[in-house]
Amino acid sequence: MTALPSQPNGRNSKLVEVRNLVKYFPVRGGVLQQVVAHVQAVDDVSFEIIEGETLGLVGESGCGKTTVGRTMLRLEEPTSGQVLFSGVDTLSLKGDDLKRLRREMQIVFQDPFASLDPRLPIGESIAEGLIIHGAGNARERYAQVIEALGRVGLEVYHANRYPHEFSGGQRQRIGIARALVMSPRFIVLDEPVSALDVSIQAEVLNILKELQDSMGLTYLFVAHNLAVVEHISDRVAVMYLGKIVEVAGRADLFHNPLHPYTQALMSAIPMPDPTLKRDRVILKGDVPSPLNPPSGCRFHPRCPIAEERCSVEEPLLRELKPGHTVACHFADQFVMS
Amino acid sequence: MAIRKRKPNGSAPILEVRNLTTYFYTEDGVVKAVDGVDFFVRHGEVLGLVGESGCGKSITSLSILRLIDRPGEIVAGEVVFEGDDLLKKPMADMVDIRGDRISMIFQQPKSSLNPVFTIGDQIVEVFEIHEQADKEAAWEKAVGLLRLVGIADPESKAHTYPHQLSGGQAQRVMIAMAMALQPELLIADEPTTALDVTIQAQILDLIRELNEATGTAVILITHDLGLIAEMADRVAVMYAGRIVEEVEVETLFKQALHPYTQGLIDSIPVLGAVKERLNTIPGGVPNLIDLPPGCRFAPRCRAREEYGLSICTEVEPSLAEAKPGHKVRCWLYEDHSGHDAPLKPREAKARKKDRP
Repeated sequence: MTALPSQPNGRNSKLVEVRNLVKYFPVRGGVLQQVVAHVQAVDDVSFEIIEGETLGLVGESGCGKTTVGRTMLRLEEPTSGQVLFSGVDTLSLKGDDLKRLRREMQIVFQDPFASLDPRLPIGESIAEGLIIHGAGNARERYAQVIEALGRVGLEVYHANRYPHEFSGGQRQRIGIARALVMSPRFIVLDEPVSALDVSIQAEVLNILKELQDSMGLTYLFVAHNLAVVEHISDRVAVMYLGKIVEVAGRADLFHNPLHPYTQALMSAIPMPDPTLKRDRVILKGDVPSPLNPPSGCRFHPRCPIAEERCSVEEPLLRELKPGHTVACHFADQFVMS
Repeated sequence: MAIRKRKPNGSAPILEVRNLTTYFYTEDGVVKAVDGVDFFVRHGEVLGLVGESGCGKSITSLSILRLIDRPGEIVAGEVVFEGDDLLKKPMADMVDIRGDRISMIFQQPKSSLNPVFTIGDQIVEVFEIHEQADKEAAWEKAVGLLRLVGIADPESKAHTYPHQLSGGQAQRVMIAMAMALQPELLIADEPTTALDVTIQAQILDLIRELNEATGTAVILITHDLGLIAEMADRVAVMYAGRIVEEVEVETLFKQALHPYTQGLIDSIPVLGAVKERLNTIPGGVPNLIDLPPGCRFAPRCRAREEYGLSICTEVEPSLAEAKPGHKVRCWLYEDHSGHDAPLKPREAKARKKDRP
């Protein structure tokens, strides 16, 4: 069992709590552009994030992991559900209260090339949030921008440069600086390294870890790469087709994955060791469409151990080991002490 | 996963690339994308060509098939395929070779398929061009190929259009087209980068099966060292338009010699082996218009500093055999005693200690 990160004040307080989050996107069609169907991007997802920890949210494309992150920050309005941030229901907030909340919750996007304004010197891009929130005067803002740049390993003179003058890794650091300048407590990192080359990826991951240690930040790390998620996370939640199928401490998840999907996902990752002989679980078929997800357990059409019950009855998340929950009827057989 | 069948090491090369040089003449200057690349592929072998973005690995593969357009130009080199230099052939002959004897699959399967024809028609076209087969027989063969690459219900799938396929299915169709005429060499350029890992596993399995069943040699181009470890028999590592190391795959992961390869291997997070910090390679790749003198990796090389080699920033090392079957382009393994002022490793370390 992985220990939760030690809290400076000795408590394991929940910073973020997501309860029964649902996000459906309407699909319009026909002459009248009526709603003909819904993409069930996120369907009844619940989890919590402890202050100071990194929760990894992992899954393949289209599983809804990005939508979870965006909905938590209210960049998308959820269809239903609750998101509590230090006990406050963020979905009920409006106006100034919402604005105040947004300072504390920031996001770093996947594509550092698309998320910076090419016509703004990066110092101004970083300061934008401060201006919107009316924080301080120009001089104070400048000082904060410089501090944020320093924290991500960039120099003062970089503030006057334009995005095209930076490499991919540097741009992603700028993206992080832009989140940091708001002095947030919580950052959603949405695939922050997947557009980067491996040597650069390592550098950004190291910076994220250092910042967390020095500033006590809490992260939701959304990614498809399990090895990267394992490296940075304290706990990991695995998503499949709009549902969370497994949540566990990092070490526990990677040494004893209980959900057949998690097992397949882990065995599918190519390992940089040519001497390794592995029994690979190769899943049949493609990920089904979230427009019309399978009945019962959504994974059952691809599952190597599915039985009839799986196509009828949806498995609920249940705790099979302390701190390790899984949504599978037949996961008990995999439990190792 | 089936245990990989090792191919005999002694078999002769099917392809030999010598001093391949492809430049792009842009307004900003000459981009030396591929700058004197040498490697070979043996019959039935999987050669991994690995490197980060912009190192020239894709341009290398396009140059082999002479698919370079202006402002790009192959300015020098030889691409010897089964004894013939492809760069000297008339373009008309290349059309016969592409798809028939050497075929290629790309990273974005959907943009490589024609959106206005059914996938059946597109595979049939391959047979019509190269074998002058009649339509009905060709259609039958196309359906058979779709079944071979694991497309469910191939009879009706042959009538669908590319937009109706998922990414994994589209890549299977691309592989079906590439394998249609049983080429002797398949070039797979980041074939699974756009796919999810569970789909990637399916596609890799398929490529491996085809390689083993038909003996088709494969050049696998990728940035993912995990893929290399699982698929390749031998590996060539590229950096800034040059091959910097070339060796059999197990040796590469056990005992890489080039500081760049070592750095690359150390910088990837490995499942089940958590480290507090990942190793990084300082700096970034050099600008291919304005390359540093000497070794192209020298500005980022920690080993150079550690050993205090001054030659690295002045003279470029050659790709030489450091051990039998293990080639590396690095002064650490080459005799540089003729150079004016190379510091001996020990002196350099002593000096480093003296520094505050």
